[in-house]
Amino acid sequence: MAQIEEVSVDQYKHLVSERALTGETMLLNMGPQHPSTHGVLRLLLELDGEIIINCIPDIGFLHTGIEKNMEAKTYQKAEVMTDRLDYMNTMGNNLSYCMAVEKLVDLDVPARAQSLRVILVELQRIASHLVWLGTSGLDLAAMSMFLYCFREREQILDIFELVSGQRMMTTFIRPGGVWRDVPVEFEAAVRDFIKIFPKRVDEYERLLTKNPLFIDRMVGIGILSKETALSYGVTGPMLRASGVDWDLRKARPYLGYEQYDFDVPVLTEGDTYARYLVRIQEMRESLKIVEQALNKLPMGPVRSANRKFVPPPRSEIGVSMESLIHHFKLWTEGFPAPKASIYSAVESPRGELGVLLEGDGSPKPMRVHMRTPSFDNLAVLPEIVKGRLVADLVAILSSTDIVLGDIDR
Amino acid sequence: MEKSLEPIVKDLNGKFGAEHEEFRNEVHCFIKPEQIVEALTLLRDKHQFELLSALTAVDYYPQTSPRFHVIYQLTSIAKNLSVQLRVPVEGDNPKVPTVTSIYKTGMWRERELLDMFGIEFEGHPDPRRILLPEDTEGYPLRRDFPLGYEEPQFSFNYEEIDLRKPYAKE
Repeated sequence: MAQIEEVSVDQYKHLVSERALTGETMLLNMGPQHPSTHGVLRLLLELDGEIIINCIPDIGFLHTGIEKNMEAKTYQKAEVMTDRLDYMNTMGNNLSYCMAVEKLVDLDVPARAQSLRVILVELQRIASHLVWLGTSGLDLAAMSMFLYCFREREQILDIFELVSGQRMMTTFIRPGGVWRDVPVEFEAAVRDFIKIFPKRVDEYERLLTKNPLFIDRMVGIGILSKETALSYGVTGPMLRASGVDWDLRKARPYLGYEQYDFDVPVLTEGDTYARYLVRIQEMRESLKIVEQALNKLPMGPVRSANRKFVPPPRSEIGVSMESLIHHFKLWTEGFPAPKASIYSAVESPRGELGVLLEGDGSPKPMRVHMRTPSFDNLAVLPEIVKGRLVADLVAILSSTDIVLGDIDR
Repeated sequence: MEKSLEPIVKDLNGKFGAEHEEFRNEVHCFIKPEQIVEALTLLRDKHQFELLSALTAVDYYPQTSPRFHVIYQLTSIAKNLSVQLRVPVEGDNPKVPTVTSIYKTGMWRERELLDMFGIEFEGHPDPRRILLPEDTEGYPLRRDFPLGYEEPQFSFNYEEIDLRKPYAKE
């Protein structure tokens, strides 16, 4: 067997306090296999009894080199990598990447595709928040929450399977529109969900929101001030729970978000409980958007007609030579993008999901950077757990709603 | 360019001689490495750019002058504006001053750039690799770093490939 290197204080000397070196405080390893770290996150804790003096996150266990891999693929083929980033928000990742490509090559998207994107992305937001609610309930000993939330999430994943054939790694949103039109059962399935879900959220709230055990573990724990949050680049529900009204869907509407009537919940407490309330409220708001978008879902094409970027439908290939050539060119060579750089951001369930895309005139991107929100949201963790108990760390960590695939890329 | 961004770009040009370019309504200003701390302080304190949204880099290999651009994507929540600062850096072992004193975002993002591009941030309080193991050689996101692959092992060549695999063995 290979020698397993023990963690020595030397490596972390500059990060821990003097007292750790004399042995007065204890260094404790939490993770990477700890159930409440939500994946493979390792936290090195310096403890004085139960109190956390220092917290040193160690990430990268899930690093797969997605950004590097995307550089070696054409613009269309690189898209499948984006699903694997934040596996709780696959539709949102597809969307952010496709919007970046569309901005880089200046491609239009038909109205029906825009509305479908809105519906799917908002459903994905609900699904993502449901996983967060279920797992953080589990962390705080509310076991039934996990089962209830996954029941509703299942319904959303069934809708995704209906439209794309895949439950999670959908790659349904494509540059220039969506893969194909939704089947006729789609509307009924979404309506069914819209009908059931508000009652279910009420149920969750009855179980948790005023539950004294839950409140004891959440209120006043892990307070993140507005200034710290901004300085660390924290975005999304975490930032909104700290009193900053910043939602890209409202501030810089994309996909026609300006035509939907919804509120952005903002609280000022900045504690774990505020983050919980913001996310619960966001689920209700997302459902409102889904309903409005479904009500005025326009008819028409779901993919751009620009054949230089979007492959022709299968039916045309058999009868049109030109379509055959376009099909062949697009799937072998790809389309070239200008030698320029763009940054495009969308609001993911976790915050600002930005894509920096730089083309060099060839069909492959020269640089793709995914600005993933979990990365910055986790970076602030050491600041907010200092001086708290180990048991609080579990509550705080689950309230940050990190996805390790999003952090490590 | 949006109207409200014009005075900001003018200010950067006047104070730091920053050239700017535009593409699809986005503004990129070019700043010298030694001026970046000053420029970001100005943007945060005077022009209300509270959020450093993204901090990343691009490698222009085989070009060496400049080889990298370090990119600072800034967002102003108060004014709903964005501006991108680009710092061109020369050579294979570039050095840029750290911005952790202005935006804490740099605490991890600069470590990521050190890890992936080998760009050194002078004065960073904790300059370690962040995603890759400490003993990794090379910087994977540089253009001259091979993409790499793992040789598939079959029963007839299992031992042979195993011998040259770079992981710890007995």
